[in-house]
Amino acid sequence: MGEKKGKRKGKEREQKKGQGKEITIALAGNPNSGKTTVFNNLTGAHQHVGNWPGVTVEKKEGVCRYGDCRIKVVDLPGVYSLTAYSIDELIARNFIVEEEPDVVVDIVDATNLERNLYLTVQLLEMGARLIIALNMMDEASERGYRIDVKHLSYHLGVPVVPMVASRDQGTEELLEEIVNIVGTESTSANCLKIDYGREVEGEIEKLERMVSQTALSRKYPPRWLAVKLLEEDEEILKKFEELDSEEILQAKDRALEHLRSVYGDDVETIIADRRYGFISGLLKDIIKRPPTPRLTWSDKLDKVIVSRWLGIPLFLAIMFAVFQFIFALSGPLMEWISAGFDWLAERAMGISPEWLGSLIGNGIIGGVGTVLTFIPPIFLLFAAIAVLEDSGYMARAAFVMDRLMHKIGLHGRSFIPMILGFGCNIPAIMATRTIENPRDRLITILINPLMSCGARLPIYTLLAAAFFPAHQGLVVFSMYLIGIILAILMASIFRRLFPGPVGHFVMELPPYRLPTARGVLLHMWERGKHFLWKAGTIIVGVVVFVWLLSSLPWGVEYASPDSWIGQLGRIIAPVFGPSGFGDWQAAVSLFFGFLAKEVVVGTMGAIFAVEEGNLGTAIASQLGWTPLIAYAFMVFALLYVPCVAAMAVIKAETGSWRWPALAIGYELTLAWIMATLVYQIGRLLGFG
Amino acid sequence: MPLSMARPGEVVTLVAINAGFGLKRRLADMGLNPGVSLRVIHSQLPGPIIIELRGSRVALGRGMAQKIMVMVKGGA
Repeated sequence: MGEKKGKRKGKEREQKKGQGKEITIALAGNPNSGKTTVFNNLTGAHQHVGNWPGVTVEKKEGVCRYGDCRIKVVDLPGVYSLTAYSIDELIARNFIVEEEPDVVVDIVDATNLERNLYLTVQLLEMGARLIIALNMMDEASERGYRIDVKHLSYHLGVPVVPMVASRDQGTEELLEEIVNIVGTESTSANCLKIDYGREVEGEIEKLERMVSQTALSRKYPPRWLAVKLLEEDEEILKKFEELDSEEILQAKDRALEHLRSVYGDDVETIIADRRYGFISGLLKDIIKRPPTPRLTWSDKLDKVIVSRWLGIPLFLAIMFAVFQFIFALSGPLMEWISAGFDWLAERAMGISPEWLGSLIGNGIIGGVGTVLTFIPPIFLLFAAIAVLEDSGYMARAAFVMDRLMHKIGLHGRSFIPMILGFGCNIPAIMATRTIENPRDRLITILINPLMSCGARLPIYTLLAAAFFPAHQGLVVFSMYLIGIILAILMASIFRRLFPGPVGHFVMELPPYRLPTARGVLLHMWERGKHFLWKAGTIIVGVVVFVWLLSSLPWGVEYASPDSWIGQLGRIIAPVFGPSGFGDWQAAVSLFFGFLAKEVVVGTMGAIFAVEEGNLGTAIASQLGWTPLIAYAFMVFALLYVPCVAAMAVIKAETGSWRWPALAIGYELTLAWIMATLVYQIGRLLGFG
Repeated sequence: MPLSMARPGEVVTLVAINAGFGLKRRLADMGLNPGVSLRVIHSQLPGPIIIELRGSRVALGRGMAQKIMVMVKGGA
């Protein structure tokens, strides 16, 4: 396991610990630069995910020790630039300015220096105390690149640490450099100065002089503020408006007017152009590259993977293979876990007094145990998603689907949150922030709950095993497919409701890479532990509540129609009559499933209190369900409502309760119609 | 001609982008600014295209590619 190595290294680091300094470092870098791997190498399992204040963008933090220092590591969002266009870029920028980390470690992909250094240059212009972690040195030398690390460091005036993060090489050196640089007194804000050309420099100088009179210049380097003014950076403009610095804003307008008379329309791009110019000049000095082959092997692979005819069939084949793999591997594991809980439940039922035995055996073990049985498929699903992301395939899937997505008024980028939704809708909804057009983003958020998340997997797995033993993989795969198709359908409806221009599809395609076991396992654990956490909190709570409702009023037979839960179920159940599953047990499990989708299975587990054998067969025999009814139920459970947590995230991301309300409304309607259609048409066709 | 018409393998120079200020700046940040040379890696109607830009591969929607004006330099 990849974990082991990290732990060993972690220990070595820990041995050197004493009571020393606290250092905060921030990791910055482009997406796909290996930033997450560096973060994992530094912190191992000592990390936690929270939110950035005010926004729901995930904030990963971790701690590591080196020498007598305790180093807090903050993982900034992966960005290409530090403009105000996206939340991610703003977060990265504001963290560096406002929290003033002791060191910013900029992870730079050595195989893609030109693009990566664009961020580096901007970080330096901001006056951040920087260390460059030059990552993927192995790939660079495989390609025949010869990088003069010393020269790079000399030209930029910052330390450069070559590393191969995927093999945990260079981590020690990086830590050493961090501690060193913190030890030396900072040579106050030694910002990199890019020569923007005589005309632009003239304007920068004027603005810089004015800006340095304002309070803002205490926080930001004045030259940087001047450049941002010329770039018409929205956030910086707003800050000056708040300061009532009319004269500065007017000076900016005059400057731009003057530059426009010199450069024409290109004035918008002149600053970016000069930065790239600086980088090209630098690269000539520090890197020797063999003549690039016309097509890399990654390009050759793309010829097949994203080709017009094979792209979509290949995507479907890959998804199908993923599900087959998950089922083949998790089947036996689940049987063991299930057998373990059955054994435990049996023991628990012997506990006296009888009610306590029933609470533990029927309620907690029956309910929570049933949910925990699904650890293997859920964890494997997260692992599979991590492999798709880390290998570079996810970006290709977005590329392949772009054409189809355009037909429904979205573009390829919206497809990535859809696939992430297969794991959990919450991070998937957060991932929509890379979509710049607000309307595209809203639609992508609204359809996301239709993507079948990992918490719904237990429902399908349970019912598919009981009712479709020969075609489990296919039946479950069909659920995901129904989700995708309906999401596409709903997107085109929403697009009609909220008309407007479609945003632009621009996306870097990282080269294909072999995912590392460590990266995949850490990702799986990080996502999967939420599932365990839920099982220990919400699900235990609901299950105990269900047990209580099943046991009351006093003296009633456990989970009989006359128990309180039975009475509640009988009120709701008629609604589901036309869909085939008008049983009160089904009704209450769906009712509580609103809290979290795992609860559907957990509730059934608690109600049926299966002592031996499996829950699926109990449902078949006690409710008399046919495969058709089971399928209709699965369709309903797939579609009906986002869970409470997903609703909260929709609210947070859209800033209004209108949108989660809309999501619940349309999903309930859609679920009922679809389940009823499945059942009624199926009956007409003679499927039971 | 628009980038969308360039054939796979062709090396072209970006001449102009027919878009608003915001988008132009955004693209410039990605390294797409007038004068830069790029190579078409993949272009199949009616889907998006892939270009080699400053050493990396960038996917562009076809609509986007229609707004980017280029001059053929060589290749193909």
